[in-house]
Amino acid sequence: MSRIGLLSLQLLVAIVGLALWQFFASVPVFGKMLLPPFFFSNPVDVFSQVVKWFSSGVIWKHLVITLWESILAFAIGSLGGVIVGFWFARQPNVAAVFDPYVKMVNALPRVVLAPIFTLWLGLGIWSKVALGVTLVFFIVFFNVYQGVKEVSATVLDNGRMLGMSERQLMRHVYWPSALSWMFSSLHTSVGFAVVGAVVGEYLGSAAGLGYLIQQAEGVFDVAGVFAGMFVLSAFVILIDMAVTLVERRLLVWRPAAVRD
Amino acid sequence: MATPTAVALDDATVAFRLADARVYTAVEKARLTVAPGEFVAIVGPTGCGKSTLLNVAAGLRRPASGTVRIFDAPLTGLNGDAGYLFQADALFPWKTAIDNVAIGLEIAGTPRVQALERAQGWLKSVGLSAFANRYPHMLSGGQRKRVGLAQVLIRDPKILLMDEPFGPLDAQTRQIMGNLLLDLWNADRKAVLFVTHDLEEAIALADRVVIMSAGPSARIIGDWRVPLPRPRDIFEARLDKEFHSLHREIWSVLKAEVLKGYAQSGAG
Repeated sequence: MSRIGLLSLQLLVAIVGLALWQFFASVPVFGKMLLPPFFFSNPVDVFSQVVKWFSSGVIWKHLVITLWESILAFAIGSLGGVIVGFWFARQPNVAAVFDPYVKMVNALPRVVLAPIFTLWLGLGIWSKVALGVTLVFFIVFFNVYQGVKEVSATVLDNGRMLGMSERQLMRHVYWPSALSWMFSSLHTSVGFAVVGAVVGEYLGSAAGLGYLIQQAEGVFDVAGVFAGMFVLSAFVILIDMAVTLVERRLLVWRPAAVRD
Repeated sequence: MATPTAVALDDATVAFRLADARVYTAVEKARLTVAPGEFVAIVGPTGCGKSTLLNVAAGLRRPASGTVRIFDAPLTGLNGDAGYLFQADALFPWKTAIDNVAIGLEIAGTPRVQALERAQGWLKSVGLSAFANRYPHMLSGGQRKRVGLAQVLIRDPKILLMDEPFGPLDAQTRQIMGNLLLDLWNADRKAVLFVTHDLEEAIALADRVVIMSAGPSARIIGDWRVPLPRPRDIFEARLDKEFHSLHREIWSVLKAEVLKGYAQSGAG
């Protein structure tokens, strides 16, 4: 399919979907509204809400807060994941001791931690960052661990035969391998950083996209909820595109087929 | 020992511990010497432990019994005098061709600019000047082997260990690579231990051909001197009358072992 053909078909799906939504939310069928506006709002109202947010500028403050929380969660979680992942992979005994606890914490639905973080860290950004960190950490940790463990034995032997010391093996073999695994999960971990921030905001905060949605829901403002969701998904898509750019730069050495 | 040796395996036995705690003896009492400047090829059926023997010479694996001597000194740890060309892809996939070649010098402390300069020279000798900035996945199998060869040779090892290095390549590329190897080897005549399952390749390249029996407990069962003159061209060597008579002679011994090997691995 040509690029333009594909794009127009994709647009068509959006137009048909929105048109159906608008139609059933404003025209009664057999005397009954199929999508009662109170529960479903309609695209026009949702769109005007989005426009209002942007024209008045209120949205920026919330976007910046959510973005900031996501970035902090990603940075701290990744750093921790890389350090612990490396440590466990190079010290199998340590990994064996901690294994059941890692599994236990990872099995825990992270949402239940939110109240504790709010209690410990307050309603500000740090309780949201903490929630995001618990999500990001495990993804990065498992990938780095795997990356270090799964270094090709031949490549390792080659490094040794070329005269590499343990430290040089670390730098030239283990580290790039671990990083490549980490980058291959970049989309997931960045996505989870945003999830942590938004869910945290939703459960208790004074600002952010999650807060915006929660506020609208509190006053039965369905248009506001949908508008918040729309802004949120646009936000995530933008971040995802940025990640793709970064990834292209960092993983040039990988065959294209592996990248996706 | 009267004559100096680059590599000397003395009754080296190599054993692996299997998952169920049994011991699998891969190679038994291998006795093998490679003189400085000598090109020795080891030929044997699949799974006979040829590569294992090479790993022992490299110091990547310890023999269960017997000794390994490198230039008449017992080998402890890795064999620092040896360069190893692996059968599988061993290049660092995250480094460009030139960085892959330069790394051996860089880790030894050569400044990066100089290391890159010499790496460029080596890429030229293996015919890859134009591919310096390609990553391994952008190179063909033959080109990757060339980079591997340059990566090993840039360190100027006294001994070259090669584990079916041209195994995965197609027939034409193998011959071209074989000639390239001979040309490079001719320049300074390192001691070479070259493992292959291809008898023709072994005779065409080597000064001596050593035959191993089928595993387990593989043994060295034959040792032939190749009378072909140097410098050689592989294409022409294969047309030589001596080549054919030697091939027939060795094959009569090797054939039985190959069949045995097939029967054991279930591949036949």
